[in-house]
Amino acid sequence: MVEHRPWLTFLTHAILIFGMLLLVIPIYVTFVASSHSLDEITAHFSLLPGTQLVENYTSALSVGPRDVGATVGTMMLNSLIMALGITLGKIFISLLAAYAIVYFKFRFRMFFFWLIFITLMLPVEVRILPTYKVAADLKILDSYPGLILPLIASATATFLFRQFFMTVPDELCEAVKIDGGGPIRFFFDILLPMSRTSIAALFVILFIYGWNQYLWPLLITTDESYYTLLIGIKRMLDVGEGQAEWQIIMASTILAMIPPILIVIFMQKQFVKGMTETEK
Amino acid sequence: MADVSLDNVFKTFGKTEVIHGISCDIQDGEFIVILGPSGCGKSTLLRMIAGLETITKGDVSIDGTVVNRLEPADRDVAMVFQNYALYPHMTVFKNMAYGLKIRKMPKAEIKRRVEDAARILEITEFLDRKPKQLSGGQRQRVAMGRCIVREPKIFLFDEPLSNLDAKLRVQMRLEIRKLQETLKITSIYVTHDQVEAMTLGDRMIVMDNGYAAQIGTPLDVYERPATRFVAGFIGSPAMNFLTAVVSADGRQVHLHRDISLTLQNGGLPGHGGQKIIMGVRPEHFVLGQAADAMLHLDLDHVEILGSDTLAYGHLGQDKTQVTLRLPSVYHFKKNTVLHLDIPSKNLHFFNTDTGQRIEMQA
Amino acid sequence: MEKRVIFKHKLLPYILVAPQIVITLLFFIWPASQAVYQSVLQEDAFGLSRTFVGLANFAYIFTDETYLRSIYVTIIFSCSVTAIAMSVSLLLASMADRAIRGATTYKTLIIWPYAVAPAVAGVLWYFLFNPTIGIVALYLKIYGYEWNHSLNGGQAMFLVVITAAWREISYNFLFFLAGLQAIPKPFLEAASIDGASPFRRFWTITFPLLSPTTFFLIVMNVVYAFFDTFGVIHVITDGGPNYATNIMVFKVYHDGFLSLDLGGSAAQSVILMIIVISLTVVQFRYIERKVYY
Repeated sequence: MVEHRPWLTFLTHAILIFGMLLLVIPIYVTFVASSHSLDEITAHFSLLPGTQLVENYTSALSVGPRDVGATVGTMMLNSLIMALGITLGKIFISLLAAYAIVYFKFRFRMFFFWLIFITLMLPVEVRILPTYKVAADLKILDSYPGLILPLIASATATFLFRQFFMTVPDELCEAVKIDGGGPIRFFFDILLPMSRTSIAALFVILFIYGWNQYLWPLLITTDESYYTLLIGIKRMLDVGEGQAEWQIIMASTILAMIPPILIVIFMQKQFVKGMTETEK
Repeated sequence: MADVSLDNVFKTFGKTEVIHGISCDIQDGEFIVILGPSGCGKSTLLRMIAGLETITKGDVSIDGTVVNRLEPADRDVAMVFQNYALYPHMTVFKNMAYGLKIRKMPKAEIKRRVEDAARILEITEFLDRKPKQLSGGQRQRVAMGRCIVREPKIFLFDEPLSNLDAKLRVQMRLEIRKLQETLKITSIYVTHDQVEAMTLGDRMIVMDNGYAAQIGTPLDVYERPATRFVAGFIGSPAMNFLTAVVSADGRQVHLHRDISLTLQNGGLPGHGGQKIIMGVRPEHFVLGQAADAMLHLDLDHVEILGSDTLAYGHLGQDKTQVTLRLPSVYHFKKNTVLHLDIPSKNLHFFNTDTGQRIEMQA
Repeated sequence: MEKRVIFKHKLLPYILVAPQIVITLLFFIWPASQAVYQSVLQEDAFGLSRTFVGLANFAYIFTDETYLRSIYVTIIFSCSVTAIAMSVSLLLASMADRAIRGATTYKTLIIWPYAVAPAVAGVLWYFLFNPTIGIVALYLKIYGYEWNHSLNGGQAMFLVVITAAWREISYNFLFFLAGLQAIPKPFLEAASIDGASPFRRFWTITFPLLSPTTFFLIVMNVVYAFFDTFGVIHVITDGGPNYATNIMVFKVYHDGFLSLDLGGSAAQSVILMIIVISLTVVQFRYIERKVYY
């Protein structure tokens, strides 16, 4: 369409740039703070990067914040284990369940389907105490299984795979039968490789979901060696009347953002696909 | 290679019966075409032979063994699907090799077979490509290749050419026939295209609503259609059907009060006085002289196709529509009257109620 | 929807669904039913005695001043977050849809805050507005406005709303942009030939056609504000000052874990469950409607 409205084009870009700045500024300020010493942050904060960048990050990663009892390095590792565990666990059990529900007829099939569907309506937030009690009874408080298992049931992932399987032509399954393969061969040789793009899309959004978990780890970790990074940051802030170690907190915050942000930027295509397809 | 026999085969989906008892013996190396309109059960029949559908009643045997309970993999059949069903993430080579790999064939043997098949089908240069990078015709060849490498007892084809354009369809049709003649593997081919059926099959099964209306050679089916349905389905343009009454002695048929045809052969002595349906193929009308012609057709419309001419007109008082096809070009004017003869041997008669063929006496 | 082609196997399908079903039963269905069960019991904090009290727990929480306050706070909070996040993102998305040059760059730079955890977003904004060292708080002070969200309830609410909305803008932007790009161009071209200005075109053509996306996002934003903002509240205000930001999800946590009021917490859980279920139903109604569109 021909449109000659230079002022409107100018306004368009002005608004977009302003919006971007609004979104970026909090992160920029945090980054700048993570390059200053505590004195500089508390006394005369400058919006230009400081000189303490390397010191702050090395100290966070290897020494760790005061009074928390674990290094940021350990906490990042815990976050990573939890995020990967949740992501891979969700993908694994959802793939299997969706495969069973789409490609087999068996008693209670619809019952199982609805059971999985209901999980959509029961986020951790609405059943927090009893779930905590189950975890306590199973003795998985302060453990990786405790961080991961209660979060890996996923209706969304199951539905996404089900949706995808429904679009796979029936003839492919028949061709495998005629070629002499059974259900397991069909799953591994045909369905799994064909699901690659769906898996990649899910991986991206589930990783972000897993990495960003907050309430559940907060409930079940009391042992510092199982703290995830987000919990660690909150503990660093809880200093009561004392002075928070802002330079370490800011460095940790940047470190907490880096993995998910990198994934969004470098796997943007899968991210957008995952977002738009799981929310449908 | 193998012979296949269907013995009174039935298929029910839920409460609806879709195949109502079909029997047929297919010889070793024979090319059988199952022909019928969509929804007649032809694909279901093929899928029952493949083992993709269970058999409700009756037996399917391959080489004398009943295979009703065998899985597709154990029947030693190969199949070309309508949409080819190529595995999208595998190369052409892997697609063709997959069935052999499952059967744990040595690598060298797989390679030899795939390369041989690729050479026959002229797809050697595509072996490393994925199906997405191929044209429709090339995909079709790969689907065939996947069958050939298996060296199965039976080839099954489920409308394999229906996704191709007209020109490619003719070419692939010829190639399938040639291939089958070289490999001599028993083949069963489902189609709704009568030209494919006429040109490919040694014999064909014409299906009508879950029944085998006729089983016979293509010429047989064309010359002596067993039912009115078969007569109308085979041939293009379709056969003309006229209601008629047989004279008391069976030597004449009356189309209307004003039109009577005298049969030159033995006639229909057993059917005197009966109401029947008479069928005439458009290509079987002969132009005659005004004085002694059997029929006088009022011409409505003419289409000149170059090789022949299609004429549309109506007969008698109740204006029965009739189509005829005349070899070579005729420039008829509108509203002229054509004088037509039909050799008695080209007349077909069918029972009004059952649609079964009624034979004339020689 | 059912597949025509299936496999026959007696045991395999059960083995395949087993992991998902076990997890679901153990960590979802059982705890949820426990919540329902406990919501009608009175139990002391040591678990020594329980008595059936019917709906007394519900009756109690609905007369409890702090719970009613919490409902009110939740409504204010979620409406504000939804309104801000939706309007800003619609503005940005329609601008990005217009922008021919740099569209992908804008898109990348606008969507990535979605990757930031709500708790981390809380840290970022808490740092900016920290009354003693926060740069924004300091500037406000220079211009004569006293900022202390740990004392001023209104300021605290403002801060958590901004923080929660900030992150949700990216999410909404993504869907609005996809919705805008899905609008068939001929509609707009026809309007343009009819002489409608860009603004008119937006309000009379684009916005109505975008309504399915808008509706979907409203539901999703409310769900987000209700359930996913725990981290924001926990980091920035801890529900304070004086319960000013004590949203329902935060209160459940607080009453259950810190005050050990099991019956009350369970009753609150049940109410939250009812809210999620109704939001889910609304959302699925919407999907059905879209299918038949």
